[in-house]
Amino acid sequence: MSEEVKTKEPKEPLFSKKNKKLVTDPLTDNNPVTVQVLGICSALAITVQVEQGIVMGVAVLFVLVLGNLIISLLRNLIPSRIRIIVQLVVVAALVIIVNEVLKAYMPDVSEKLSVFVGLIITNCIIMGRFEAFAMANKPWPSIMDGVGNGLGYAGLLILVAVFRELFGSGTLLGIQIFGNSLPGEETGLYAMGYMNNNMMILPPMALIIVGVIIWIQRSRNKSLIETH
Amino acid sequence: MKFLENIVHKMEPKFAKGGKLEKWHPIFESFATLAFTPAHVTSKGTHIRDGVDLKRTMIMVIVAMIPCLLFGIYNTGHWEMVAAAGDRSLDFWSNGGEKFLLGLAVVLPLIIVSYGVGLTIEFIFGMKNGHSLHEGFLVSGMLIPLIMPADVPLWMVGVATAFAVIIGKEIFGGTGMNILNVALLTRAFLFFAYPTSMSGDKVWMAGTENTAVDGFTGSTALGDLASFMSEKPVFENLAEYTNNYSFMDSLMGYIPGSIGETSVIAILIGALILIATGIGSLRIMASFTIGGYLMGLMLNGIGGNDFLMLPAHFHLVIGGFAFGAVFMATDPVTASQTATGKILYGLIGGMLAILIRVLNPAYPEGVMLAILFMNVMAPIIDHYVVQSNIKRRLKRLKTT
Repeated sequence: MSEEVKTKEPKEPLFSKKNKKLVTDPLTDNNPVTVQVLGICSALAITVQVEQGIVMGVAVLFVLVLGNLIISLLRNLIPSRIRIIVQLVVVAALVIIVNEVLKAYMPDVSEKLSVFVGLIITNCIIMGRFEAFAMANKPWPSIMDGVGNGLGYAGLLILVAVFRELFGSGTLLGIQIFGNSLPGEETGLYAMGYMNNNMMILPPMALIIVGVIIWIQRSRNKSLIETH
Repeated sequence: MKFLENIVHKMEPKFAKGGKLEKWHPIFESFATLAFTPAHVTSKGTHIRDGVDLKRTMIMVIVAMIPCLLFGIYNTGHWEMVAAAGDRSLDFWSNGGEKFLLGLAVVLPLIIVSYGVGLTIEFIFGMKNGHSLHEGFLVSGMLIPLIMPADVPLWMVGVATAFAVIIGKEIFGGTGMNILNVALLTRAFLFFAYPTSMSGDKVWMAGTENTAVDGFTGSTALGDLASFMSEKPVFENLAEYTNNYSFMDSLMGYIPGSIGETSVIAILIGALILIATGIGSLRIMASFTIGGYLMGLMLNGIGGNDFLMLPAHFHLVIGGFAFGAVFMATDPVTASQTATGKILYGLIGGMLAILIRVLNPAYPEGVMLAILFMNVMAPIIDHYVVQSNIKRRLKRLKTT
């Protein structure tokens, strides 16, 4: 017994540099959406309004953190041949919880998000983190990794949604920013001839906004540009 | 180009000192230098007999657009007067000067905004990437005002131009690298972003909202035709339509529409200039027109309602079909490059244009979407044309 204690590494502090990096990395230089280009479909579909973006981001964050924790705890018990099925069961259970909670407490948002909450199950970010991280790491770093990736995804979703809601509907979280756009009683910018951009509401514009964000990010950090 | 150069050389003595047209020498010279400098010709190695560079090509396209532009300005003025009076039967050629000035007041700001925004962005990217200003935008900047409705707000044109130049062109690497026609992308952006300012009854004549007569609509030939597909058509039947928009009127361009697209005659003059100088591809123009005509005939054969029964030759003179065929589809950057590819590209493009125009009432003008779609398809067409050529020649090799 005493030998075992000797060989054990000194206990890492909870917020060591390495663990912090697990959270901060996915926010910028290893962002799951802009750098790994995962989870694009949901980013295109539900970023019409900021509210939906926030709810979706929080939902994915929740699933990712808890899922990473559960998989990490089970990692030594899961036979590698059926690990995908086990992972799927865990995600599916968590997503159903999220879906039921949304239906109970935020029925209108739940209706707008429709199938995309259920489709969190197939979100590549989640399966990717389970496979790449939680299966090989201890619970605490796994939680940190989940927080980082979840926040990276949610942050990008909200950023895209801000642009789309502001220019597509002239509102932010439902509050009118540019004035009243109702025909006949325009105020603010609308009275001066400004109009909402319908293209912003269509999914192609979300793709273009994500593309522009990737462009800006890569021109600031040249190491992200592939050489070939 | 060679053809033009010969004419210019023949004319030169007339403009020289002591010649008949000495007074006009500065104009002659500025045109000649615009079109023919630099006149570099190589003496050994690969022979370049005529150094047609980007600048000379672009200037010739702009020259080809001048008839459309002038007619467009006049036509815009005419319909502004019509809208103010609320009377569609105004004589087209009376009050010419006033109409031209009215039109100029609408079109000139559009041109200034389009060039101003586009060239500013090109300058910024040029400075960042360390190259001089590319001439590519000279043509796009002139095409954009020509495909706008007269009443479009200027800020929208600015936003759309910025979008098209940045997203459509600069991110692909600038002039010569874009996959989509920049001018058409501007229009497509406006069409989807601000549909109320780009379609309907109110945008085609400047000042339709201040009309003197209740119930006056500024609808176009295409808009009225599309209403045949709905419950409440504007005209009872086709005969009534052709009474209102006769073939001759549509051919000459005495109809409302986007600024530069209405007069097929003016467009044909431009087409002749483009073909004579070898800049526009006759293959694309011809096959595009034939494709549209064939699709018109096919729809006639199917029949069903008055729009489907519209005689096929009418399709060629209304809306932006002729303008698209001559100035948009032939864009050398985005069109197919191979000879066979050009014919396929034009044929399918023309057919799609009429198909979208007739069968989808939500998009009264299908030419824009058809050409953008074919822009995307052009590399694939070229690929298969080249591959089939390789295959054919390989077969020949094996048999001998």
